[in-house]
Amino acid sequence: MTVTAPVSGLLPALRRSAPVQALASWKGGVAGTFLILVVLGALFAPWLTPYGFDVQNLPGAFQAPNLSHPMGTDEFGRDVLTRILYGARTSLSVSAVAIAISLFCGMVLGASAGYFGGRFDRAVMVVVDLTWAFPEILVALMLVAIIGPGTTGTLVAICVAYLAQFTRLTRAQVMALKSETFVEAARGMGASNAAILFRHLLPNCLGPVLVAGMLATGDAIILEATLGFFGLGAQPPTPSWGGMMSSGSGLLFKGPWIIMFPGLCIALTVVAINMFGDALLHKLDVRERVRTA
Amino acid sequence: MLMEVKELSLSIGKVALLDRVSFSVDRGQVLGLVGESGSGKSLTALALTGLVRRIGGRITGGSIAFDGQELSDLPEPAYRKLRGKRIAFITQNPMSALDALKTIGDQVDQVSRLHLGLSRKAARAHTVDILTRLRIPEAATVARAYPHQLSGGMKQRVVIAMALAADADLIIADEPTTALDVTVQAQIVMILSELVRKRNIGLILITHDMGVVAQICDKVCVLYAGRVAESGPVGQLFDTPRHPYSAALIGCIPRECMAPGALKGIPGTVPSALNYGAECCRFASRCARADALCHTTRPLPHSQGAALVACHHPQGTAAQPEALDV
Amino acid sequence: MSEPILALSGLTRRFSTGGGFLRPARSMTAVRGVDLQVARGDIVGVVGESGCGKSTLARLAMRLLEPSDGTIRFEGQDVTHLGGRALKSLRKKLQMVFQDPYSSLDPRYTVRDCIKEPFRALGEPVPPGRVEDLLDQVGLPRSFAESYPHQMSGGQRQRVGIARALAYAPDFVVLDEPTASLDVSIQAQIIALLQDLHRQRDLTYLFISHDLGLVRYFCSRIVVMYLGSVVEVMEDPHAAPRHPYTRALMESSFVPDPEARATIVPLEGEIPSPFALPLGCPFAPRCPRVQDRCRSELPQPTATTIGRVSCFNPIEA
Repeated sequence: MTVTAPVSGLLPALRRSAPVQALASWKGGVAGTFLILVVLGALFAPWLTPYGFDVQNLPGAFQAPNLSHPMGTDEFGRDVLTRILYGARTSLSVSAVAIAISLFCGMVLGASAGYFGGRFDRAVMVVVDLTWAFPEILVALMLVAIIGPGTTGTLVAICVAYLAQFTRLTRAQVMALKSETFVEAARGMGASNAAILFRHLLPNCLGPVLVAGMLATGDAIILEATLGFFGLGAQPPTPSWGGMMSSGSGLLFKGPWIIMFPGLCIALTVVAINMFGDALLHKLDVRERVRTA
Repeated sequence: MLMEVKELSLSIGKVALLDRVSFSVDRGQVLGLVGESGSGKSLTALALTGLVRRIGGRITGGSIAFDGQELSDLPEPAYRKLRGKRIAFITQNPMSALDALKTIGDQVDQVSRLHLGLSRKAARAHTVDILTRLRIPEAATVARAYPHQLSGGMKQRVVIAMALAADADLIIADEPTTALDVTVQAQIVMILSELVRKRNIGLILITHDMGVVAQICDKVCVLYAGRVAESGPVGQLFDTPRHPYSAALIGCIPRECMAPGALKGIPGTVPSALNYGAECCRFASRCARADALCHTTRPLPHSQGAALVACHHPQGTAAQPEALDV
Repeated sequence: MSEPILALSGLTRRFSTGGGFLRPARSMTAVRGVDLQVARGDIVGVVGESGCGKSTLARLAMRLLEPSDGTIRFEGQDVTHLGGRALKSLRKKLQMVFQDPYSSLDPRYTVRDCIKEPFRALGEPVPPGRVEDLLDQVGLPRSFAESYPHQMSGGQRQRVGIARALAYAPDFVVLDEPTASLDVSIQAQIIALLQDLHRQRDLTYLFISHDLGLVRYFCSRIVVMYLGSVVEVMEDPHAAPRHPYTRALMESSFVPDPEARATIVPLEGEIPSPFALPLGCPFAPRCPRVQDRCRSELPQPTATTIGRVSCFNPIEA
């Protein structure tokens, strides 16, 4: 091995980290590899394809999959594979960013509500439960109607739609954990509320909440696609998977590949995210680590 | 003999958890199965009641004879008839042994109706009679109560009543008093010992509490890491324990007459079932008397006075002069 | 007695629970009017059955719970309502070992993190080598520093709990049933360790336990509690008890000697619900020596030759 001393300490640490461990499992490996490929495809889209996502070529419209267009072309003669790669940028980033924001807000809200309890808790829960009383899609549609269609609207809609889930989950975890003796012990050692929250409670509920976030990202991709399908997501010509399915829906018999490939991408990505999330859940549990010393 | 267990071995998966365990109990006798956590005492109880198969356990050798009938290969339907009727099992946690949605009376009635074929009315009279004999005040009222309305000690008495409802010949009680307060524990222990004498039944009492053993047991079987370390009459075990583990275990009980610092404990910890050695004494790593022989050869049980001791260097023999009179 | 390190007077704690939509809240007194002085270097044992308030008392003394009434003085200073920075510096001298070594250690912390925690909680640097020193002192191999709690046995975990409590070199340690969930052979190890540490480090212990036999062996003074009140204080742990409840407790713990089989008449009944405390002496409904007066009047502590007892009809010496 050519690694130098400081790096050699880093490598095993990296190898022990939960995502890498999850990748090493069979399920997590397959799902993780697929996700990495999708993300790389989205990132390097301009270098991977000779076509532009918005360059029309009307004479070449409705080409079935062939060697120069592996996924065919759409009604304007645009390469479907190119649009899927660029569409992944929109679909994945909007969902991931929206869920990340939602997760952060949900954890802060849920943890403080669960830890401090009392009136603050009740107030937070009333608001959160209200949003939970409606299906996510309804909340999202309502918010997009207020903010207006487009990427920002979709982002906010997804954020709010999943906030209730994360808040409730974190709150439940924190409430269970705060009666554990180690929390009392920390207080007995003089730890402040913030220290107890950030050093004990949040790290201990991080695993399940992160995995819930991961799984919600899968749902969020579908939600984003649905909004796109209704024409409320990213506006043309910016491609998104949902938008592509929407425009392909009228052409189901003329060019089934136009709707099929984006649909397949959504399905596979969501399944892969769920599988990876599952694998991660196992590896995040510190109690599953065996003693090596 | 009411129940005689000979060289019982048991595995769960590939892990051998009990290794040639033998003991016996007769009518009117209390046998104490003593050991620390991980000794296999609760597993033994499950093996005797045939419940061990439900947790994936398998009897790999030896025999369990109950009133002349061999139980180790008894099929489950036959076991079901025996369990509850002739062999009663009292679990550690009275809270989980009772159905929260049925009254106390219904639960105790059920046993006698199922196993004795009593009518509804006769069963209730039988129940009230048993509850009264267990010194439950206002038994008829208690019979109409639900488990959550009773205290822990009361619930444990109800569990005992269920064990008695079918006139069982043998009671196996797994840590019946561990979850209870000391004054309540004393009540339950006295009730159990009285029952054995009065009804001439057998009791196998599984416990980690040497005080309780000294109080009511006639015979003791000390388990360590899935093997019997020493078994014999209770008097000899406490007077002149032969196995170093029995001696150490008795020495671990704090007594007010002890000089400060006399309480030392046993160094080390019980080995994990995954690291049990086959050809060695499993206590050797914690034993002050251990030598090379103990680490390489399994000690076989042999007579020491009235007891059977599985030790290469039993106390009161080799090193000490009083050994000469054995 | 010189200046006591800890002095509790009239300490009371009430809890209220329930209180639903249609139900009024009920309140119970977990600890009522406890007076207790602990001298430096003492090992004071607090015994009683579940619900007697001994754990609540420990938490009150630790300032983990706020008392409803009464005062707590530590080294002469009134700390009953101490807060903020002053409370933090009190924590350095006052530490606690908890009953359940499974839940008292954060499952995500290594042993090293656990032992460092008292320093981190107060925002101070950990002296180099302190973790290793502490592991040595509690008899754990240094290689355990990087282990997680779930990789250790109960006894080893409790040693970590003790190391954590001693990290800041406290003067006073509250031990809340530190051996209750351990096997007897491990319990004896832990007690021996606590005894060694007491001698070496000049500590004072408040030892909470339900095991009178253990308390009589380990402690220099005994406080017996029943339903939130102190019923008897014994300055000599080997003396014969005066309070009928103490005697019942003593008889209920069986001696490991078959020759000394007790033909005891166990106490009838069980501890009444703390929500419906009887008028008068709390022990009266179960007491074999009960008199009419016991049911209507609360007995006040009176001095005996071995301490003090709260009973109208104590057992004669």
